[in-house]
Amino acid sequence: MKLSPRALTAITVAGLLASANVFAEKVVNVYNWSDYIGDGVIEKFEKETGIKVTYDVFDSNEVLEGKLLAGRSGYDVVVPTIDFMSRQIQAGIFMPLDKAKLDNYSELDTDFLATLAPLDPGNNHGIPYMWGTTGIGFNVKKVAEVLGEDAPTDSWDLVFKKENLEKLKSCGVSFLDAPTEIYAAALHYVGKSPNSTNAKDYQGEAKALLKELAPSITYFHSSKYIDDLAGGEICVAVGWSGDIAQAMADAEEAKNGVEIKYIIPKEGALLWSDMLGIPKDAANVEEALAFINFLMRPDIAAANTNEIWYPNPIPASLENIEQEIKSDESIYPPADVKAKLYTATVKPPKIDRVINRAWTEIKTGQ
Amino acid sequence: MSRFNLKWLLILPPYIWLLLFFAVPFLIIFKISLSEAAIAQPPYTALFEYVNEQLTIHLNLGNYTWLFGDPLYFNAYMSSLKIAAISTVCCLLLGYPIAYGISRMSGSAQSLCLMLIILPSWTSFLIRVYAWMGILRNNGIINNIIMSLGLADEPIRLLNTEFAVYIGIVYTYIPFLILPLFANLVKLDNRYLEAAADLGAGPIKSFFTITLPLSKNGVIAGSLLVFIPVVGEFVIPELLGGSETLMIGKVLWGEFFGNRDWPVASTVAIIMLLILLVPILLFHRFQFKEMEDR
Repeated sequence: MKLSPRALTAITVAGLLASANVFAEKVVNVYNWSDYIGDGVIEKFEKETGIKVTYDVFDSNEVLEGKLLAGRSGYDVVVPTIDFMSRQIQAGIFMPLDKAKLDNYSELDTDFLATLAPLDPGNNHGIPYMWGTTGIGFNVKKVAEVLGEDAPTDSWDLVFKKENLEKLKSCGVSFLDAPTEIYAAALHYVGKSPNSTNAKDYQGEAKALLKELAPSITYFHSSKYIDDLAGGEICVAVGWSGDIAQAMADAEEAKNGVEIKYIIPKEGALLWSDMLGIPKDAANVEEALAFINFLMRPDIAAANTNEIWYPNPIPASLENIEQEIKSDESIYPPADVKAKLYTATVKPPKIDRVINRAWTEIKTGQ
Repeated sequence: MSRFNLKWLLILPPYIWLLLFFAVPFLIIFKISLSEAAIAQPPYTALFEYVNEQLTIHLNLGNYTWLFGDPLYFNAYMSSLKIAAISTVCCLLLGYPIAYGISRMSGSAQSLCLMLIILPSWTSFLIRVYAWMGILRNNGIINNIIMSLGLADEPIRLLNTEFAVYIGIVYTYIPFLILPLFANLVKLDNRYLEAAADLGAGPIKSFFTITLPLSKNGVIAGSLLVFIPVVGEFVIPELLGGSETLMIGKVLWGEFFGNRDWPVASTVAIIMLLILLVPILLFHRFQFKEMEDR
């Protein structure tokens, strides 16, 4: 059972009152994605700084956003994805970060910061934590069985060509329940801008394509597919790079004969970054900055990447990252693949509504 | 005088309860449903504005007309009502014999069986739904049995279908039907049945002419106790259902989290409450009758 933030705060407060040294105990309340930190990293931080970490997890940007918009979430560090954070900055949720207190700020990849700057002007509100791509994960054996040896396993054709998906339906297909991300891929596939702000683009060819595919999609979900891909319940998933890497590792561990592969399709894919930020109403700002700074330390960033298989934006961490991970081109893509990646921008609320309405229609046929 | 005070003391708590946990939240939701979505914290516009000694009230009825303009919402309400109705009938067909059986048992067997019905609810509801995911999946228990018996070569898709949603709902809500029904059936005076038998009625006839009519209030109360919460159910269709299962709970989630449109989400909730008002009032009527009978 997970305690609500308020309950946690209450317990923390009760604990503090009970102890004699009320003012000595420092805490930081962190709200991060599930399975998104290295083993022992929190303990190490607590030991080195004496700050106690209350660690809570979520599995969708929407849930995090719901809490942030309601206000007084009780968290000091949260980790939204950059396009969500961009809108949240507009809503006035985040405080500008005091970079003077982040000693490790210089460790960040400056090219990467420049990529994010349009979404967080001046990189003032967020520090990139981990990044990844939205691509395709598949069960090597099953896909070969269903589509034959020459299946287009390097291209969006695998899931966006109706005749392929219809066949793959027999072994199970999942798409992320993330309308902006799937729409971006579909728009890109039909030759439109993945960040179009023209409502017609979302109602035209891309929608027709997705509607045509929908009957062959087993379900739309943003976390269920990890277990299902590893367990053989589905054979193709449009999902996030690290999640599919995790399914890969899970299948290997289970020794169930399932071999999973992740690809960044050759046409290009969405690049996203999860951002560390501090809400304006955070109670423990100093501690939050200390925690963020700690995560930017190269050895810690390496420990996190080694555990969760997502690349981090700290170049100096590379020497401590396992060979198996840093040489995997689906995780650390080479320059020519990286050049084809695109980022998501914030859409006007009216376009958001058009996207979400079309999404419901695609998912339910309504 | 003291008697008057005592009476008020007794009556007050339920009213305070109702005020705090029904009226206040309802008014808050109603207020939000009259505002407009905005990129702000909280993400909707204010209803009242006081500038230069002028109080301006902004009432936005657009969300209500919006719901009527798009067939999605109507279809979602209808589909939720349909799923709730079918689940209630399934619960009833399955639950009535169980409740009847338990009510005819002797003391210790009866407590044991009641215990068996209540016991599963001591574990988390979410864990029980996850257990069903394990049972229904392609390489789950059911498919393994079917395949090992040679009844099918390929696993039958059970999870992520509407069928799985019905299984989840009936499984979760059936205790809510069995318990009130049992409480009703256990009061049934055996002498009625003996008299019917003496007068030549067979067991089937006496069931339909005596037992069933006498348990009417229990049937209705139990059914509504299933029907009302199922209409707004979100977790079960989300975890067990596929993408084609349209329910108002999922639409509401989409409005709230996907569109960040709290005003429309609140409007969906208000309309749902209005739709449920009829069954809720019915429930109270029959529950009241049931109490009077006692």
